[in-house]
Amino acid sequence: MAQTQTRQMPPPRGNFRGIPKQKVKKGTVKRLLREIMRGNILRLAVVVVCIIITAGSSVSASLFLKPLINDYILPLVKEHTGNFQPLFGALCMMAGIYLAGVIAVYIQNRVMAVVAQGVLKKIRNDMFSHMQTLPVRYFDTHTHGDIMSHYTNDADTLRQMISQTVPQTISSFVTVVSVFVSMVATSWHLTVFVMLFIAFMFFVTGKVAGQSGKYFVKQQRALGDVNGYIEEMMNGQKVVKVFCHEPQVKEAFDKKNDELYENAMQANRFANNLGPINNNLGHLQYVLCAILGGLLASRGIGGLNLGAVAAFLQLSRSFVMPINQFSQQLNAVVMALAGAERIFDLMDEQPETDDGYVTLVNAEKKDGVLKEADHHTGMWAWKHPHETGDVTYTELKGEVRMFDVDFAYNPEKTVLHNITLYAEPGQKVAFVGATGAGKTTITNLINRFYDIADGKIRYDGININKIKKNDLRRSLGIVLQDVNLFTGTVKENIRYGNLDATDEQIIDAAKKANAHGFISRLPDGYDTVLTGNGANLSQGQRQLISIARAAVADPPVMILDEATSSIDTRTEALVQRGMDALMHGRTVFVIAHRLSTVQNSDVIMVLDHGSIIERGTHDQLIAQDGTYAKLYQGAFELE
Amino acid sequence: MIKRLSLCIREYKLASILTPLFVSLEVVMEVLIPYYMGKLLDLGVTVGDMNYILKTGGLLVVFCVLSLTFGVLSGKNAAKASAGFARNLRHDMFHNVQSFSFSNIDRFSVSSLVTRLTTDVTNLQNAYQMIIRIAVRSPMMLIFSLVMAFRVNHKLSLIFLCVLPLLAAGLAYIVTHAHPIFERVFKTYDVLNRVVSENLHGIRVVKAFVREDHEREKFNTVSETIYHDFVSAEKLLALNAPLMQFSSYATMLLLSWFGAHLIVESGNVPEAGMTTGSLVSLITYSMQILMTLMMLSMIFVMLTMSKASAQRIYEVLKEDSDLHNPDSPVFEVRDGSVEFDHVSFSYAGDKDKLCLKDATFRIESGQTVGILGATGAGKSTLVQLIARLYDATEGTVKVGGVNVKRYDLDTLRNEVAMVLQKNVLFSGTIKENLRWGNENATDEELEEACRLAQADEFIRAFPDGYDTYIEQGGTNVSGGQKQRLCIARSLLKKPKILVLDDSTSAVDTKTDALIRRAFKQYIPETTIIIIAQRVSSVEHADVILVLEDGRVDAIGNHETLLATSEIYREVYESQTKGGGK
Repeated sequence: MAQTQTRQMPPPRGNFRGIPKQKVKKGTVKRLLREIMRGNILRLAVVVVCIIITAGSSVSASLFLKPLINDYILPLVKEHTGNFQPLFGALCMMAGIYLAGVIAVYIQNRVMAVVAQGVLKKIRNDMFSHMQTLPVRYFDTHTHGDIMSHYTNDADTLRQMISQTVPQTISSFVTVVSVFVSMVATSWHLTVFVMLFIAFMFFVTGKVAGQSGKYFVKQQRALGDVNGYIEEMMNGQKVVKVFCHEPQVKEAFDKKNDELYENAMQANRFANNLGPINNNLGHLQYVLCAILGGLLASRGIGGLNLGAVAAFLQLSRSFVMPINQFSQQLNAVVMALAGAERIFDLMDEQPETDDGYVTLVNAEKKDGVLKEADHHTGMWAWKHPHETGDVTYTELKGEVRMFDVDFAYNPEKTVLHNITLYAEPGQKVAFVGATGAGKTTITNLINRFYDIADGKIRYDGININKIKKNDLRRSLGIVLQDVNLFTGTVKENIRYGNLDATDEQIIDAAKKANAHGFISRLPDGYDTVLTGNGANLSQGQRQLISIARAAVADPPVMILDEATSSIDTRTEALVQRGMDALMHGRTVFVIAHRLSTVQNSDVIMVLDHGSIIERGTHDQLIAQDGTYAKLYQGAFELE
Repeated sequence: MIKRLSLCIREYKLASILTPLFVSLEVVMEVLIPYYMGKLLDLGVTVGDMNYILKTGGLLVVFCVLSLTFGVLSGKNAAKASAGFARNLRHDMFHNVQSFSFSNIDRFSVSSLVTRLTTDVTNLQNAYQMIIRIAVRSPMMLIFSLVMAFRVNHKLSLIFLCVLPLLAAGLAYIVTHAHPIFERVFKTYDVLNRVVSENLHGIRVVKAFVREDHEREKFNTVSETIYHDFVSAEKLLALNAPLMQFSSYATMLLLSWFGAHLIVESGNVPEAGMTTGSLVSLITYSMQILMTLMMLSMIFVMLTMSKASAQRIYEVLKEDSDLHNPDSPVFEVRDGSVEFDHVSFSYAGDKDKLCLKDATFRIESGQTVGILGATGAGKSTLVQLIARLYDATEGTVKVGGVNVKRYDLDTLRNEVAMVLQKNVLFSGTIKENLRWGNENATDEELEEACRLAQADEFIRAFPDGYDTYIEQGGTNVSGGQKQRLCIARSLLKKPKILVLDDSTSAVDTKTDALIRRAFKQYIPETTIIIIAQRVSSVEHADVILVLEDGRVDAIGNHETLLATSEIYREVYESQTKGGGK
């Protein structure tokens, strides 16, 4: 799963990649600017100064042509003095200005690199850090692909915008303004003409961009369709083979692929036209300007001389170019802002609320009194500070009681009704029931992945809302049906349960989980690197590792949610023996659809549609001859 | 690699050739335009010859129209060529993947195949368009501009020859030094994405173990590495613009200085040589020439970035299926008997890591066979050899008395129906899914198969019955329902051998028993091979194979195995202990 996302190459600039004309919230620009500014004020000031110098030197480069020809070269031609001294002086002065520009642009780029990357790093880290505080509900209600794209696509467009578009826009702006002033100074008649022409240019560009955008939307849709099909077929590739269905699949794919081709072609065609159209309109503008300028100069209107027309022509080019660039980048800006907005949305998500103040501490008994200890004692206590300033300690026993608990993931559909249960310390409590009966939900509530709607849950007599979430979770070991391993060695994966565990403790935990045997047979034993969620292991082996991971945490209370569903019953019996030894005297919650897994539990709760319909030991339930008995005899379906 | 990839151009060859052609013509126009602009300035504006201005202006307008036409044509062809190239890449890859054997599929993870077919293709598409457009345009521009510059004034153009190599060397230095850093950055990006992705998938684990800080640390370390590498790469690239500007400013100053001398010499008379107009043209050319170099260096950076994508696509394209149809295949499977003769198998082809060791046994046609064993004992491996999803590393597997390697693959797989452990339903109606087994099945046949698989009842309970739409991945049916649909789908093939690889694990024991009874009753001549965790699923089988660590540990029926096989007894007891049966 780890490779679902790949690197995102920076797309060619000015290329339309997304859907144009997205609405961007008002505050986004402000907030983004604030993010960029924070801690960078000085650097940005330097950048702005540098940009002004750079733009100034490039404007004076185009302005220089007029005096060069009119004031230096033409007099030289006319007067035949052969005195190149003034020209040399002027060139030297220009060289100075240019040099300043060159140095400024270098400083600007270097500083901007630090600013852009710094801002991105901060945004990235803030985003990830904030994401860690979000409730499980957030992850359950957003697809992983969407969240991932904040780190890839959105961050990437942002990177481009900050490091390229922002400085370019500032520099374009400076250039446009100063060139405009010079143009007006040279000839306002021609300036009016240029402005009219540019309006025309915008009109044409807008038309073409609109066409292109229309097809880009279509292309995006077709791309989504093709990608979806690819994903589905790659996932079912083995099924396709087993049914010899390759020809049909190929045919269906080709159809979708052709449609994508058609739309991609059209979209790119219009996008490709933008460049030539803008370029040539620029040329046309130049020619028309020359004709008009020539006319004006020959009639002597507006005090134009030929040198001025030549200079104006040069100016008009420097005027049109940044405007062109900017209009082509507008789309990139809009896309980046949309990306920024999505990133900010993530950062604005409400974190998990935690008003708990009861904490979990190591404890020891001295003279029959519970005392806080500064080392691992194998005994834990809840440290309960009171308003009066007193601190009391309650021994962690693992007693969990629920009173009339109701819960719903969304308001329309209640998942749990009136759940009342007592799990005495050291008991093994099992939940059985069909998919959707609410088994996993109960455990989600105990470790507060979700908060109950109504009722009360008490842990060792303390309302769990009063316990600090992190401490509550630390006291609960959990093994889930869907095993998630991280890229790293087997050892590192097991150590995830207890970062301070020694190698001996890890091996010991693996032995208890009955995982030691197969781990030793792996190419590098405990140092074998697992990738892609342990893709090289079988589902059962991964479950064994995740059990070892929970075992090394040595928690007072353990939740096993279908933890052994992919392990054969014989191995499961061995694992259970190990777990029973580990969990002796501690509370264990077991969820399983395989009844052999739960048979030896102290209490078995049968859940149906969110309610507990039967409870008792295996023998009691069989004697009751109710749902459980039917389940056991195989007359009922469990999923 | 390039050779194989270029095979995907095919019918877009014409567009791929026309594009650079039109680009070249466009470039010619774009080079001619400043030339005539200079003339316009010299012979028209400077002299005030309105007639000449209009004439040359008209010519220039024609050039603009031509240039625009060529530009649009090249753009159109480029779009066609690159989109078509991408289409063919996707087509070839997808078709090649369809020819993959199971072991080929195992080599590529699903997610990596998806990336290769999507993101990587898009990357290459962009790169290809860049090659046929801009990568042609820039050198052309360079050459034409140089030629024109020399035509305007060859003495002054020598300045270009001095500045160009310096600039080129500088750009080359920057690009070659920045490139390795960028490669590293992108690798680190992969790590970053992986950390995020694993965090997302394992968020419950992270929270349950209260490892948020640990994860933050992990992420920040990677993030920091990216920051440092990126900054150092961009600091190098920061040299690009100043270098570029320095060259162009230097050229301008040199042109102005020497140009002024020449103009004075000629007296600004076109016939005598250098004029102010030519100077303006030369300066325009100098900009164009230097810009092209800049573009070239950028293209180089971008192309090297897409190299990785090209490599990944190439890996899929060159992957040959390692299972082939025999030369003169057998098109008929005589009966449903299966025979293993000293069969060993290893996924890696490595004889030290055998998943199945020296398996020898015989199954008669029409028998029901159970296979039992621990996780990783080799059960799935064994049955996959029957349908030749993999080739045995050693020994022979026979179906209907014939070595499976001699059969036509489709024939064999249609007669040996596999219900896979990790099974998949596709988006579409239930009917459409079932027809995977037999496209021409009538509605009656579909219902018949579903009745056998005990699926008919629940399908009818759906509001849309057999037309109920199954979501991608079959998320809107329960695990047990999915399994029964998969069984029905396989039954429609009317196979001689039906293999159920742990296919009823989510089905309750009663329904499980009903399915088996239905098989016995309605398709008694079909060989049924059942892999199961539950003893109850296999205890009534004619033969039960007990696998342990890749070896066939025991063969026999329930009673004999209870008496002889310790493993079987243990499994049996683990499932019935404390039971009231």
